[in-house]
Amino acid sequence: MAVLKVTFTKTNRDKLAQVLWVLNWVSVVTGVTLFSLGLFLKVEIVKRRELMSKEIVSVPNMLICVGLTACAINFLGGKICYDCVDTTKFLRWKLLMLPYIICTFFFTFCILVGALMCYSMRNDLEESLFLGLRDAMRYYKDTDMPGRCYIKRTMDMLQMQFQCCGNGGYRDWFHIQWISNRYLDMTDSEVVERLRSNVEGKYLIDGVPFSCCGLHSLRPCIQHQITNNSAHYNYDYRKEELNLNRRGCRQALLEHYTQIMQSIGLIVLIIWLFEVSVLTGVRYLQTAMENVLRLGDPDSESDGWLLENSIADTARYNFNIIKNLGKCYQVDDDPNIDVPSSSLQAQENVPVKQIPVAR
Amino acid sequence: MAVLPIKFTKTKRDRLAQVLWVLNWISVVTGIILFILGIFLKVEINKRQDLMAERQLQSVPNMLIAVGLIACMINFLGGKICYDCVDTNKFLRWKLVMLPYIICTFFFTLSVLVGALMCYSMHGQLEEALTVGLRDAMRYYKDTDTPGRCFLKRTVDLLQIQFQCCGNKGYRDWFQIQWVSNRYLDMSQREVVDRLRSNVEGKYLMDGVPFSCCNVNSPRPCIQYQITNNSAHFNYDYQTEELNLWMRGCHQALLDYYTNIMHSIGLTVLIIWLFELSVLTGVRYLQTSLENVLRQGDPECESDGWLLENSFVETARSNFNIIKHLGKFNQISSNGDPNIDKPSTAHYGPDNVPLKPLPTAS
Repeated sequence: MAVLKVTFTKTNRDKLAQVLWVLNWVSVVTGVTLFSLGLFLKVEIVKRRELMSKEIVSVPNMLICVGLTACAINFLGGKICYDCVDTTKFLRWKLLMLPYIICTFFFTFCILVGALMCYSMRNDLEESLFLGLRDAMRYYKDTDMPGRCYIKRTMDMLQMQFQCCGNGGYRDWFHIQWISNRYLDMTDSEVVERLRSNVEGKYLIDGVPFSCCGLHSLRPCIQHQITNNSAHYNYDYRKEELNLNRRGCRQALLEHYTQIMQSIGLIVLIIWLFEVSVLTGVRYLQTAMENVLRLGDPDSESDGWLLENSIADTARYNFNIIKNLGKCYQVDDDPNIDVPSSSLQAQENVPVKQIPVAR
Repeated sequence: MAVLPIKFTKTKRDRLAQVLWVLNWISVVTGIILFILGIFLKVEINKRQDLMAERQLQSVPNMLIAVGLIACMINFLGGKICYDCVDTNKFLRWKLVMLPYIICTFFFTLSVLVGALMCYSMHGQLEEALTVGLRDAMRYYKDTDTPGRCFLKRTVDLLQIQFQCCGNKGYRDWFQIQWVSNRYLDMSQREVVDRLRSNVEGKYLMDGVPFSCCNVNSPRPCIQYQITNNSAHFNYDYQTEELNLWMRGCHQALLDYYTNIMHSIGLTVLIIWLFELSVLTGVRYLQTSLENVLRQGDPECESDGWLLENSFVETARSNFNIIKHLGKFNQISSNGDPNIDKPSTAHYGPDNVPLKPLPTAS
């Protein structure tokens, strides 16, 4: 018995074809939307490439491909549905429709995978940001090295834009030498002592770059000798919360990208539901049109269904087809081949004469 | 003789009416654009209200908003009128309204032009407002505990970061202002007391700037204190150092920003004005040609359309006379109403017999 059978009159079929034509064009627009979302995500990731150790290319590329394919598939679908109003034109597409529906089914599956990838990108992103920010902070002082000369600017802009400081917090800057040796007076005993007191010979201070300064602070920014309460009047670094940005830049960037990803993922899910409904409509239209051709009368009622037999039967049937694809041309099944019979002939035991070959 | 007469056949009149209908709807859209531009300008000015002193800056955006709304309404009405003008019967409905409508639209396009010119003239007021506003904002930078001024520090810091500028005309403006509040100055330290005493007004002045003046393009960590003291920093010469702080003043930065916006808006309004003027000309031609059709009586015939029936001078004179006589109203002047019975002062023949009063009908 058919799965979800629906009976279609001639007017129902025509209306279905017209509605599907419009929906297919709407789907072309959603395909363009998918493409632009992929492009937007790619641009956002490329903008901060320097802060990521490993650029995440899979998700935006997937969205771009899926968007383009959606445009192509739905454009073709629109043409097919436009021709389906007329039974004679439908004959042109008859052989193509079933492969088209199967392709579109797998394609909608890809859209779903794309949507789920959006939500799963978070862990990769977190690790990539952790390593990327750590390296960016390390190379902050290397403004004279080609390839790294813009990292200081990128890092400063990031900290000011997202109101964050350091990787996990402002203390990360205490473990990094962010002042280049070019600007350190080596004749100053204090400097030399500080360099010596560190195992790796790094000049570490309890200070942060100016870009960590909080905008909401009531007092002028304290960025040097942060942990030294006596260096500043009326200051307790443990109670002071507005002086520097408290959030870590890794957290800030992660939240920023997670928001983008979640919005995009939601939109892609909605587009997926829409595509599935269009596909269902096209399947019904195809089966209805084929049944009309089978019945012979273009104006009669016909049935449309999703699957001709039940799901189990269809699965078994298709599985057999796939199994037999491998076997190709086996001798057992061809009834035209003359096979010597191995059954016991009467008692005569007369060997069967060879059938004369016609000349 | 008429000013710029053009002959219109029936088909030409119809096509003119249809084209004008479409153009009027496009003008409704341009009216909405004017409205949006006015709102955008209003929002931009309000965003930085803290940095601008009180001046008549709200007049330009308000003008644009009003003009935009009026444009929508006028052109909506114009669209309806032109739609009906294809049919001579329907035109009769609008016949009496059309001339007042055209006069109103003419004055309205004048106000669009005034709006465009105001955009360019706002420069002077803006400059003055910014000078005074920025100076006060920097003065109150340290007053984060005074209600009404507690957000000025944040506003100025954001401004300097966003527009990549420092101070009013340059970073040296900060040297003349006490931007560190007394709350954070250790009065027990001799250095602080010395500095306060050395200043006439008792202000704590130093050659330092807030952190928001720091240039992100600088290759070295930002030097914001003891800027003019070369020996305080290694390998530093403040006279040659250009990348350490933002060199541009915020006054110039804001002025450039707003001038750009004003020029773009002014140009857009001028283009819209030219468009409105052309639509008005078309409507005038349509009105005069349809009136001439009615005068001739045959809806299918050719008719003339013009801008003015007589030359400029005569039209101006006749309108002036109309306005003059509007004031005189019901005056009984000697040349006025022929129905009034006046005693004649003329000399009659040799008899010199005064005329008898005419018997009135009872």
